Amino acid sequence: MSVAKPLPHDAAKLHVTGKARYVDDAPLPRDALHLAFGLSSIAKGRITSMDLEAVKSSPGVVAVLTADDLPFANDVSPSIHDEPLLSDGSVHYLGQPLFLVVASSHRAARVAARRGEVSYTEEEALLTLDAALATDSRFEDGPRIYQKGDAAAAIAAAPHQIEGQFELGGQEHFYLEGQAALALPQEDGAMLVNSSTQHPTEIQHKVAEAIGLPMHSVRVEIRRMGGGFGGKESQGNALAVACAIAARQTGKPCKMRYDRDDDMVITGKRHAFRISYRAGYDQEGRLAGVEFIHLVNCGWAQDLSLPVADRAMLHSDNAYAIPAIRIESHRLKTNLQSATAYRGFGGPQGMVGIERLIDHIAFDLKIDPVELRRRNYYDAPEEMSHGGAAPRSATSPRNISGKMISRDNTTPYGMEVTDFELHALTDQLLQSAKYSARKAEIAAWNKTQGDLKRGLAFAPVKFGISFTLTHLNQAGALVHVYQDGSVHLNHGGTEMGQGLFQKVAQVAASRFGISMQQVKITATDTAKVPNTSATAASSGSDLNGMAVKAACDTIRDRMAAFLAQRHQCGLEDVVFAADQVRIGTEEISFAAAAKQCYEGRISLSATGFYKTPSLEWDRIKGQGRPFFYFAYGASITEVVVDRRSGENRILRTDILHDAGASLNPDLDIGQVEGGYVQGAGWLTTEELIWDQKGNLRTHAPSTYKIPACPDRPDIFNVALYKGENREDSIYRSKAVGEPPFMLGISAWLALSNAVAQFGDGYPGLDAPATSEEIWRAARRLSHGV
Amino acid sequence: MTITFHLNGEEVVLKDQDPSATLLDFLREERGLTGTKEGCNEGDCGACTVMVTDKTGAKPLNSCILFLPQLNGKSIRTVEGAADNDGTLHPVQEAMITHHGSQCGFCTPGFVMSMVTAHKNGATDHDVQLAGNLCRCTGYAPIIRAAEAAAEAPVPQWISKESLPAATSAGNMPGSSDELAALYAAKPEARLVAGATDLGLWVTKGLRDLGEMIFLEGCDDLKQIEITDDEIRFGAMVDMNRMREAITPLHPSYGEMIRRFASQQVRAAATVGGNIANGSPIGDNPPALIALGARLHLRQADKRRDIALEDFFVDYGKQDRRPGEFVEAVSLPRQEDSLRVYKLSKRFDQDISAVLGAFNVTVTGGQVATARIAFGGLAGTPKRASHVEAALLGQPWSQSSITAAVAEMGKDFTPMTDMRASAEYRLESARNMLIRYFSDISGNSQSVLEVQA
Repeated sequence: MSVAKPLPHDAAKLHVTGKARYVDDAPLPRDALHLAFGLSSIAKGRITSMDLEAVKSSPGVVAVLTADDLPFANDVSPSIHDEPLLSDGSVHYLGQPLFLVVASSHRAARVAARRGEVSYTEEEALLTLDAALATDSRFEDGPRIYQKGDAAAAIAAAPHQIEGQFELGGQEHFYLEGQAALALPQEDGAMLVNSSTQHPTEIQHKVAEAIGLPMHSVRVEIRRMGGGFGGKESQGNALAVACAIAARQTGKPCKMRYDRDDDMVITGKRHAFRISYRAGYDQEGRLAGVEFIHLVNCGWAQDLSLPVADRAMLHSDNAYAIPAIRIESHRLKTNLQSATAYRGFGGPQGMVGIERLIDHIAFDLKIDPVELRRRNYYDAPEEMSHGGAAPRSATSPRNISGKMISRDNTTPYGMEVTDFELHALTDQLLQSAKYSARKAEIAAWNKTQGDLKRGLAFAPVKFGISFTLTHLNQAGALVHVYQDGSVHLNHGGTEMGQGLFQKVAQVAASRFGISMQQVKITATDTAKVPNTSATAASSGSDLNGMAVKAACDTIRDRMAAFLAQRHQCGLEDVVFAADQVRIGTEEISFAAAAKQCYEGRISLSATGFYKTPSLEWDRIKGQGRPFFYFAYGASITEVVVDRRSGENRILRTDILHDAGASLNPDLDIGQVEGGYVQGAGWLTTEELIWDQKGNLRTHAPSTYKIPACPDRPDIFNVALYKGENREDSIYRSKAVGEPPFMLGISAWLALSNAVAQFGDGYPGLDAPATSEEIWRAARRLSHGV
Repeated sequence: MTITFHLNGEEVVLKDQDPSATLLDFLREERGLTGTKEGCNEGDCGACTVMVTDKTGAKPLNSCILFLPQLNGKSIRTVEGAADNDGTLHPVQEAMITHHGSQCGFCTPGFVMSMVTAHKNGATDHDVQLAGNLCRCTGYAPIIRAAEAAAEAPVPQWISKESLPAATSAGNMPGSSDELAALYAAKPEARLVAGATDLGLWVTKGLRDLGEMIFLEGCDDLKQIEITDDEIRFGAMVDMNRMREAITPLHPSYGEMIRRFASQQVRAAATVGGNIANGSPIGDNPPALIALGARLHLRQADKRRDIALEDFFVDYGKQDRRPGEFVEAVSLPRQEDSLRVYKLSKRFDQDISAVLGAFNVTVTGGQVATARIAFGGLAGTPKRASHVEAALLGQPWSQSSITAAVAEMGKDFTPMTDMRASAEYRLESARNMLIRYFSDISGNSQSVLEVQA
């Protein structure tokens, strides 16, 4: 069976030979035109005049469009229609598209786009959380509050209290392939759009609105993206819509791709947060009550900020059973790029909040932070899947006879945690990483050092799987079996490097009992599978794998019924395996079986559909079961820091991650390794800086530093936890796209642990913990300044 | 301008070529070779890496900031030419598949070409070879596993034998420094192009028209490195990888700094002369050269003059260079090694320094005899810390002298705050570098780069 095999990425050979085709690689018709946006140079105000004569007369320019030239909707928002494609006269951030240049070449369009003479009446821009809070500039009428019990009372009644606050920066996606789209006008006004998007249906929807046609007249296709990470969930809308409008107007194919600097200046990033925390706990560090306030920097448009901020709240417990908790979330509107989806979708921010709090308490009580975490873990389920009694939380109350009393194992939003794997997973990781011995060795080494200190930290991850907007948890597939036995399939998911196509193909091959060469997945296409959800929320394999399974099973059942009848045997005697079909005592090739079915006039094409069961969620009340299950993992990171310069480095990382019964262990390990490094980058070197005018100063890789090759841990041990999903997911696997990102939190905690060696206080690092931030914290601890 | 090169084994002759066209645009737009990707268009991500072979061997170069005339007489291999014509994959391609070195695949062609080049050159310091290739998906671990796995495989014959065409010599492509001197004297308004790692961005990001360009690539006599008992002389067109090789045995700390100077691809293009002549206040090479007492050799037509390197940098954006005058070489006196160079940046590799400090203090009879201390990133030019130096001269080489000298740093520099660092951090780090130098020289200091788990 193909499932569970560590096969390479389906396009690996195309990747390494340069033959994998991305949007910008498609050969263009000779008359194709190229687009670029003219951008605002202020962060807030109104346009008083726009002189575009120099733009129009710039060499190669074919047309210049402003909002007045748009035929229908001027909107590219994925949520509440608050994002005009081109400014309606008001300016909301520096870098906002004001006008659209259509030219004979990419360069001609870029050159012309800089020649606009725009005058503004400038208004005071809100560039910080404080400024937004002071003017009550926000989305939604007030803060969202989720709570369980009376947190304030629990904190007050607890023997110990702690409080703190820190800044948590945003993050640029830095997908290697920038945003790109191509629109090819078809007969009868229809439009074919090739877009680097995680959400083809949304592109279809927004393009249809913009050119005034029903969705049936717009077809969107995407074979692959050069990375997405959430940055292509809504941020591709503007390019696709611009191309479609220009193509409609000129009758010619139109392509747009952002230059890297434009991409970083125009598009949204991960939401920056300020997190304040307060907690009450006992001498052993058991949490009694916790309060969080999240100030969320949403930027200028709503985009996906509400569900992102919700998910941050939903991960404010992470792995811990907190008796009383209150989370207050302010979604603040500022004059910066509109923050958007980014791997983890708010989850990482919420999780950093609670991990910081726990770390602070452990420091305060001088208890090993891992031990303190385990004391607060949720309880494990009564029975492990491998049999035997499950380890439980050490803090679970016992009655006099020593028997465990089941305690409240529900999340702050009222969902029972029934699949908590972290007790066993933590034990295994501590052992394989030699945590205790290394901790002692590091402490001894640190005593011999003056300017350098090493630090070690552990961080667990519990990440909720499912879209919190429940209706998105659906997927479709279309499968054809041809008469030569080859299988062609499409599903609603998009390939952005995560290996979704290969995993889904493995499912299809397994259902038909055929080899992988027999299965082909082609570009995601809204004409093949309609009404798709974004490939996001780690849901790709779970949803599309199930939909494909359903379609394959429909065809397989039809084939089996026909073959059983034709060969006069029972249905249960028709078995599909090893490229053969065994029918009673006979065995024929799958190809021969397909041919027989075709000749027997059996339909060999089917759609499949799946919707995640058991979900129920009220996002206003903050109550329900938003998630089908949780994915787990844990990491231990060791770092070294230099107090003189703040320079630091990851020396070793050990990870154990729960991918359930993995569909493809090697691809999953790839997600874990890559997720960790990206998460660690977020919390260390990746710093977004805007100047006082709201101008993003880190708008290229020269100034925005994602991890480079030597920044990965010197020693990097990654393994998958042996287990299976307790819920009925596709082959009992678990989603693996986002959860490993949060394993990077241990890098940040390890830096804090190292800095703490320079003095007596708690380092209180902000994130990202750049060298400068570490230098500052180390100086504060050693010199009190 | 007529340019001749080999592209994946085939000869290409370009007549009347726009000299400011980049190789990347040519490959993708003119030749339909779309395997080579545009990731950042400024030489920072490596997605556009190709292998370029010239008389001195194979180098990885960023094709996005490489002007076509720089390729005259050379041979280019793109990802489409990494495998054999019959489809047999290169060992690094095989290894990248087996070890799951690609996810989204967009950075992969660039990685493959960096790896093909390193493999051909027998280089196994993979982290150094690949520091200029960014990947956002894999976390690099599987790519390094692939590089290690392929290291032992023999170089395929289609890669080992790379023939070179004869360079054409039409237009502004002088073949020697004498030709250059005459040409530039006649056209002092022209733009001199050495490695184009800075000028390339004027075109790709600034969208500027560079006007008339003179390409120095053909001036082989400017690529000499001469090491005598008295001095080391680097021709202006010596690239930074070659400089690293030459300087490492003499001044290891300097060599280590150059290892972190940009990336393999950028160092293969960037030149010693260019890094000085562009006058950047954040170029990493000038402070180190100044600390070693470098002299700059300038030439205009047949007139030559030498100046102390620090005197070349007059002010921000202003250098002591006359119309038609160009940098011919830089020379250093041979000396005992007491140089230490500290590069502070947000990321270790391929990052512009927040502060670059170079320290060269000699001690005679327990007293400071000479002190040359220079910094980049603290002022509008690379600059010596003259107050700090003065505070050290003649003093005992001791902790207390260092403490006194450190206090002078604020008189030398008033750094600025920008996206790389705050003024405060810059100044304080500069002070700490001097403290570190003192313990370093006495063998008591370690860098985080040397610590292992």
